[in-house]
Amino acid sequence: MKNRRVKLVDTTLRDGSHAVRHSFTEKQVAKIAGGLDRSGVDIIEISHGDGLGGSSYNYGFSGTDELKLIKAASKEIKNAKLAVLLLPGIGTIADLKKAKDAGAKAVRVATHVTEADVSAEHIYAAKDMDMMAVGFLMMVHMAPVERIVEEALKMESYGADYINMADSSGYLLPEDVAARIDAVSKAVKIPVGFHAHNNMGMAVANSLAAVEAGATYLDATLRGLGAGSGNTQLEVVTGVLKRAGVDLGDADFYGMMDVAAEAVDPIMQRPQVIDNGSFMLGYAGVYSSFLLHVYDAAKKYKLDPRDILVELGRRGMVGGQEDMIIDVAYQLSQKK
Amino acid sequence: MADKIKVGVIGPGNIGSDLMYKIFRSKNLEMAMMAGIVESEGIKRAKGFGVPTTIEGVDGLIKDGEDIKIVFDATSAAAHLKFNGPKLKENGIVAIDLTPAAIGPYCVPLVNLDKLADEQDINMVTCGGQATIPIVYAVSRVAGAEYAEIIACISSKSAGPGTRANMDEFTETTSKAIEVVGGADKGKAIIVLNPAEPPLMMTNTIHVRVKDKKVPFKKIEKSILEMVEELKSYVPGYQLRVPPTMDGDRVTTIVQVEGQADFLPAYSGNLDIINSAAVAAAEKIAEKMLAEGGNK
Repeated sequence: MKNRRVKLVDTTLRDGSHAVRHSFTEKQVAKIAGGLDRSGVDIIEISHGDGLGGSSYNYGFSGTDELKLIKAASKEIKNAKLAVLLLPGIGTIADLKKAKDAGAKAVRVATHVTEADVSAEHIYAAKDMDMMAVGFLMMVHMAPVERIVEEALKMESYGADYINMADSSGYLLPEDVAARIDAVSKAVKIPVGFHAHNNMGMAVANSLAAVEAGATYLDATLRGLGAGSGNTQLEVVTGVLKRAGVDLGDADFYGMMDVAAEAVDPIMQRPQVIDNGSFMLGYAGVYSSFLLHVYDAAKKYKLDPRDILVELGRRGMVGGQEDMIIDVAYQLSQKK
Repeated sequence: MADKIKVGVIGPGNIGSDLMYKIFRSKNLEMAMMAGIVESEGIKRAKGFGVPTTIEGVDGLIKDGEDIKIVFDATSAAAHLKFNGPKLKENGIVAIDLTPAAIGPYCVPLVNLDKLADEQDINMVTCGGQATIPIVYAVSRVAGAEYAEIIACISSKSAGPGTRANMDEFTETTSKAIEVVGGADKGKAIIVLNPAEPPLMMTNTIHVRVKDKKVPFKKIEKSILEMVEELKSYVPGYQLRVPPTMDGDRVTTIVQVEGQADFLPAYSGNLDIINSAAVAAAEKIAEKMLAEGGNK
């Protein structure tokens, strides 16, 4: 691990978008993106929390059109690569073209861990447009290691530049993370990355375990801003990896702390802590961005949010199925 | 024996085979030809039922199929665009297009079939479109629709390679049909594949932002409930999971589609509903043909 170069991928302006209910403004984006760029992160991801085209009843409408936000970020960025997220089934290649015109240089194409083949057309399209393309497997706690390897190999075969694995529920423990990173790293010829959630308080520890097991790209956000109880806190993990002797290029964690204090603290709608609902996400293995929608449904149907979360986990709901929160809440309310 | 209209199916895969079973049940359609391009399982299955077959695709069907008036195309968009669509049209055969090619107008039987009875080529949109657009229309016909959004969840097992390689086609076609057929000013469609075991039934969530906020919810609800009952006439497994609710100007409901398990498993409600819609459309067209002089 010592002296190995690890690249930092900041997703404050994408996963963090969940935590502010997709209300980022151009001004906020410019400030955060500019600060991150000066702090030496390698990739800056921006888009609706559910990726391009995510603005909807189902996932929440964007306060500002994401293309405007991409443009605003693009103007401030000199060194980092600007990336967007795309979930096939929500965003389309037409959306990606517009994002590229607005300044995006990379796309992370995300599918449920067992459904990599739906990413093929989008990865091909990104490569045709000369964009960096990342194969992004979500909810990696829901499949055994051998299956994850198969799916990663598919994404590699489509032309992905690296494979990112997301513990979207913050469910995994460090040894589970290490096993996944290790197996996929050995199977593919491209680099591997990791995206953590902090629902069980494991985000920094799991990120460290991922790097130890061979991950080259690491996702994080300022103040940990993100779905559920948030992601790996960028400024913290930068310090941790520095102490571990990892080479982070020009990463400057003083700069990160400053931009977190100046641009992120003032816009946070709730403290990014592990509250009861967040913890249950991790424990029950539920997609982190369900959290605020579950709180809304619990209020509407007068239920304990934990009961909704446990039922969603039992039913095996995957990323993007926010609509099933209403379904579960309704069914539970009928039983009462 | 009552007169029947002879129909053919091109593409003896899962969809084509399921269509065949549905056609067997029809009172005015006769399964007169299954067309493929190789001696596949589907061709053998059709033969097993005594259905005439060809492995020369659309050409074989036109050459050997006597008096076939309606053909279901369950191949691919490219095949329908390049070969099947134009050749069927040349020969005066009505095409029911189950591919995303959409040469002809979109058809959601309960909404607009009456207007399409004279078309030569009608397109069945998508499975998600067949399951949700009637509901969008049920709202828009009484209160208008500024925006309609649908989320279709299908089990991974019932999403074939065609669907998986063309996710954008699903979202883009469905969004457009929500506008053109459903009557919404702006449409949006989302599709999610879920790999849970045992496979989940197809579920669809429909949100509509109404235009006329003065229309009482009772009236919108009644319109939706009537539509659900009508849908059940050709898709018996169609049901409300979450009855309509209204929050401000947004109407929301969730429906589930359980398949009839003709050839495909019951969880494949997505395939069942598009096939049932296609057969319902063919039956209406056949009725008209019979009334105008029968299978002559």
